[in-house]
Parts: sequence; structure tokens; C-alpha cells
Amino acid sequence: MVATLNVSIWRGGERGKFVSYEVPSRDDQTVLDVITHVQRHIDPTLTYRFACRVGMCGSCAMTVNGTPRWTCRTHVSRVTGTGRLEIAPLQNLKVLKDLCVDMTAFFDKWARAKGAFVATAEKGADFVRIKPDGRRRRQADAAIECIGCAVCYASCDVVTWNKDYLGPAALNRAWTLVNDDRDGGNKARLAAVAGDAGCHSCHSHQSCGELCPKHLNPTASIAGLKRATVLALLKGAL
Amino acid sequence: MSARVDTLLWLMQRASAMILGVAVAVHLGVIVRAVRGGVTAHEIIERLQGNTAWFAFYVVFAAAVAVHGSIGLRTVLREMTPLPTRLIDSVTVILVIVLISMGWRAVAGLYGFGT
Repeated sequence: MVATLNVSIWRGGERGKFVSYEVPSRDDQTVLDVITHVQRHIDPTLTYRFACRVGMCGSCAMTVNGTPRWTCRTHVSRVTGTGRLEIAPLQNLKVLKDLCVDMTAFFDKWARAKGAFVATAEKGADFVRIKPDGRRRRQADAAIECIGCAVCYASCDVVTWNKDYLGPAALNRAWTLVNDDRDGGNKARLAAVAGDAGCHSCHSHQSCGELCPKHLNPTASIAGLKRATVLALLKGAL
Repeated sequence: MSARVDTLLWLMQRASAMILGVAVAVHLGVIVRAVRGGVTAHEIIERLQGNTAWFAFYVVFAAAVAVHGSIGLRTVLREMTPLPTRLIDSVTVILVIVLISMGWRAVAGLYGFGT
């Protein structure tokens, strides 16, 4: 007889409910494996989002037992200490259906935080030489590997309180560009991240750094932005 | 405009916190010493009157309390209430003026102005 696992999955939109399913329990099973089993063998109408299955694309983040996680790299055995597995859509984002959320607000804030690179080099210009061990390059390196999964955004209390708050991921992205010697958009960027919904609203709760699947520390990036905006203010450049 | 104001308020909040870190410790130390030594309010006032160092200390302390408390309350109101930003900012300005006035009035009284 095959051992089974009882899993509760959110069904419906904002006003949905949890529905229980019995799935086979297997060794080295990920949370995404469980969801995929339910959709392929029990209820094909279950809606969820995934792509790479190897922790690169950032599309499969969900709330697992109350905590936002990337489901493709989260083993069931790691999160079912109490014998319970409950899977819900990410918090702080509008639920479209089942486990799928609307990421529009999340990515719009990357644009509002001026998260796009502003090129300064003319066509045909030589490569900019950046020392790998330079201070600014190392600061950018520490924050650059974000996969845009929104785990930090879903775990942020300030986003919950203030829907306009840019959030850890967008501010982290801005910090990587603030440290990019080739970028020419820092005046507008620092003004964008210093407003009342920007870096100064962060309470340094550090849930983002605690839960980031890539082990980045957006709180540290936001602290860097706080310093950069204060310096800009004192120089009269804000 | 908002970026400059918010950054300035953040800076003032941090600077006043640094002052309070030292000032509160000194203040509590003085209270504990006074209580354990059994001095009366009258004796404390006698020691403070005319003492420029304590006067300067409490002028800075009272200003830091007013600034830190008002900016903190502004943040709480903005995050936890639906009140309009202009109203909250007006309350903040009024509060900082009231707190500084009350604090400095008490400090002036202890120093002995007007006696």
C-alpha cells in the first residue's frame, strides 16, 4: 500500500477556500511535485504557475504552511514537521485563481523604482572596465541574483500596511543599479526610492532576507539606499 | 519634494535617536542616583539652578524627544490610519512645537529663569 499525504490547497479567488486532497507520499518529493500530481491526476482545473523547476525562473512561489517559499526547491519533508501541508497563493498580491496571483503590482513597482538600466555609453564606445573586487561592484554582486519570485514582497509587513510601498525586490534592484558605474539614471532613481513609499518606510523587520530563496539580503540593500539618499540630500542632489 | 522631506525626516529621526540613546541613559542614571540617595525635589532643583551644563543637556534632550516622538507618531499615523497626509503632517508640526515648548519651559523653570 502506497503511503499518502494529505494536502490542503487554496481553491478559487480572493474569497476561495482550502480543499483537501490525498496524494502519494514519496521520498524527495517537492511541494511543486505535490501540486502537479493534484492537477494531473485529481483535478485538472487547478491553476498554478511554474516554468523551470530548478530555482531559476522565480515563477512558482506560493505560501507553504503560512510561509512564502519557492515550491520547486522546497522538499515536502522540510516543511511537514507537524504532518500538515497547506498551500496557498502568495500574500500581498491579488489572487487570480487558486495558486495564481496577479504579479502586475509587483513588477510595476520595479519600474516605479527606476529599475531599468540607463545606458550612458555612446555607440562604439570601449567597454567600461569595472574591477570585480571594487566596493561598488561587490555591493551590486551581493544583490544581483534576484529571480523576481516575490517571496520577499509577500513576506513584507510594510507592503501589507502600505499598498504603495515599493517593496524589497524593487528597492533591491534599484540598489544594484545605484552601484553600476555604467548607469546614468541615479538622480531620478534616488528621487524615486526616497519618497514616502520608498526606502525610508522600511522597518528592517528582515523577513525578506530571512525568506529569500537566493539568500539575498534586501534589507541591507535598502539600508544602502537610505545612506545614498541621505548623501544625495546633503549634496543638494535630491 | 516628498523625496527630500522624507529623507530629511528619516535623517532627523536617526540623529535624534542617537542623542536619545545617550540622553535617556544619563537621565535614568540621574533618576536612579537621586532616588537611591534620597534627595528631595527641592534639593534637585537647587543643584540644577544656574548649572549651565545641565541646562544645555536638558535643552538638547527635550528637543530630541519632541523631534523623535513627533516623527515617530507621523509614521504610525501614516501606516495605521486612513487620515490624509496633509492632516497628519499638520498634526506633526503642531505636536513638535507643543512638545518643544513644554520641554523648554520646564528646563527654563529648573534652571531658574524668571525666578
